[in-house]
Amino acid sequence: MYDKIIGLLISGTGETFYMVVVSTLISYILGIPLGIVVYVTDKNGISKNSFVNKIVGLVINLVRSIPFLILLVAILPFTRAIVGTTIGSSATIVPLVVAATPFVARMVEASLKEVDHGVVEAAQAMGSTNLQIICKVLVPEARPSLLVGMTIAFTTILGYSAMAGFVGGGGLGAIAVNYGYYRYQTGVMLTTVAMLVIIVQIFQEGGLILASKIDKRIKR
Amino acid sequence: MIRLVDVTKVFKTKDAVITAADKVNLTIEDGEIFGIIGFSGAGKSTLVRCMNLLERPSSGEVYLDDIQLTKAGHKKLLEARRNMGMIFQQFNLLEQRNVIDNICYPLEISGVGKKEAIQRAKELLKLVELEDKQKVYPSQLSGGQKQRVAIARALATNPKVLLCDEATSALDPLTTKNILELLKHINKKLGVTIVVITHELKVVEQICDRVAVMSQGRIEEQGRVDEIFLNPKSQTARKLVLPGGTDPINAPTRDYLRIVFDGQSSFEPVFANIIIKLGIKLNILGANTEDIGGKAYGQLLIERPKDNDVIKIKEYLESINITVEEMIIDKEQPA
Repeated sequence: MYDKIIGLLISGTGETFYMVVVSTLISYILGIPLGIVVYVTDKNGISKNSFVNKIVGLVINLVRSIPFLILLVAILPFTRAIVGTTIGSSATIVPLVVAATPFVARMVEASLKEVDHGVVEAAQAMGSTNLQIICKVLVPEARPSLLVGMTIAFTTILGYSAMAGFVGGGGLGAIAVNYGYYRYQTGVMLTTVAMLVIIVQIFQEGGLILASKIDKRIKR
Repeated sequence: MIRLVDVTKVFKTKDAVITAADKVNLTIEDGEIFGIIGFSGAGKSTLVRCMNLLERPSSGEVYLDDIQLTKAGHKKLLEARRNMGMIFQQFNLLEQRNVIDNICYPLEISGVGKKEAIQRAKELLKLVELEDKQKVYPSQLSGGQKQRVAIARALATNPKVLLCDEATSALDPLTTKNILELLKHINKKLGVTIVVITHELKVVEQICDRVAVMSQGRIEEQGRVDEIFLNPKSQTARKLVLPGGTDPINAPTRDYLRIVFDGQSSFEPVFANIIIKLGIKLNILGANTEDIGGKAYGQLLIERPKDNDVIKIKEYLESINITVEEMIIDKEQPA
């Protein structure tokens, strides 16, 4: 009995990792460009374009305001079209990415806003193109902050992934729901919660340590 | 050569229209150090940003040599900017790059090979005397060192012009002096035209050949630094040049004579001569003089003596080529 539960927890942890890491990565691949677009098209941005800014901002806010559980159900046909199924870990990645990308875009935007405008101005004065400013100034200068944002995004996505357990998602969330909630096995529920706490701790601390390590502004 | 023709820059905010530059006409010659001085909010920074089009003028024309920047295409403008270095009050170094990579940045973006760029950066570090700081990050440098790196970075692409926007305003007096000496050295050695924006008279005094005095977006007067210093005509220039001009408490409340030293020998005991030779008792109201390499710069304010004594003093000072000016205080409207 215990062997079975332990085996379940190990595979559940693996699945959770898989879902969250892959979703975070894809969300960043999509969210970074989106965040950059919002930042540079802002009225004080280097490539001001209020039309694009308004549209992208609106879409981001729209998706962000839908509660995750509703979004999860609402896009089931979309998920099926992409993965071929709506249950299991891989299928959960789709709604996770859809929900997390706008969130990541806002995090990226906030990180870029932390870069001193004077540095951007200096880069412009040196004759940089906008693309050079983005790739060689904005993103590298915001790197530590982007990394801190990533740990926050990871934690949020981890929380979403647990919710997906209610509607056929995999991982620790599904175990907590199936064993802890439906079968009243409180021990299993608490164990999954403990596992989630540990994962969050590892990533949060690891991210912060890495961020301060790559940040050259801090005197050592 | 930089030429501004009728340059106007208007900022529109929700409830106000601010004219930061108002039909400014300026010509800055090759190889000179040109100062633009004025109090905060005079529009100096906006004006210098119009020179490399960081701020696009609302109207008017900006020329760098024969190129009209205000009409140049995007590519041509970027090229022109690579010909104009710029340094800032807050240094604006890339915090996540070390010193040598900061200096390499402008070379990197103009497609210079990495090896060549590092070679050039090392030469520049030698020029600004920071050879031992190559691998150090900006956060570990002092203000003066940061500005040296910024200067090296601005010079990397061999620009013809260096724009300095309050470049010494965040530095202490000694560091300011050193940075100004470095700028002067660069001007002499490399022939780079330098435009200096400042609110400090001593900056202009120390390095500029010519100066424009700016207030409320307009150039109130311009000319050689010594001329403006000797004979400030505009109200802003007088405020800047006269001691206490910036601080009304220190301005004399009685009529006085202003004696201006502008590079005459500091070995001549002018003041003692007036007292001993002419036998006139003098009362000093204020003074601000400096001895730079055996030459006296600055001014001395003395209480205006009796009329015939004033004539004697004027005669004596004029005979040794020192300018003196009578200042009558308007009792109705204190200066």
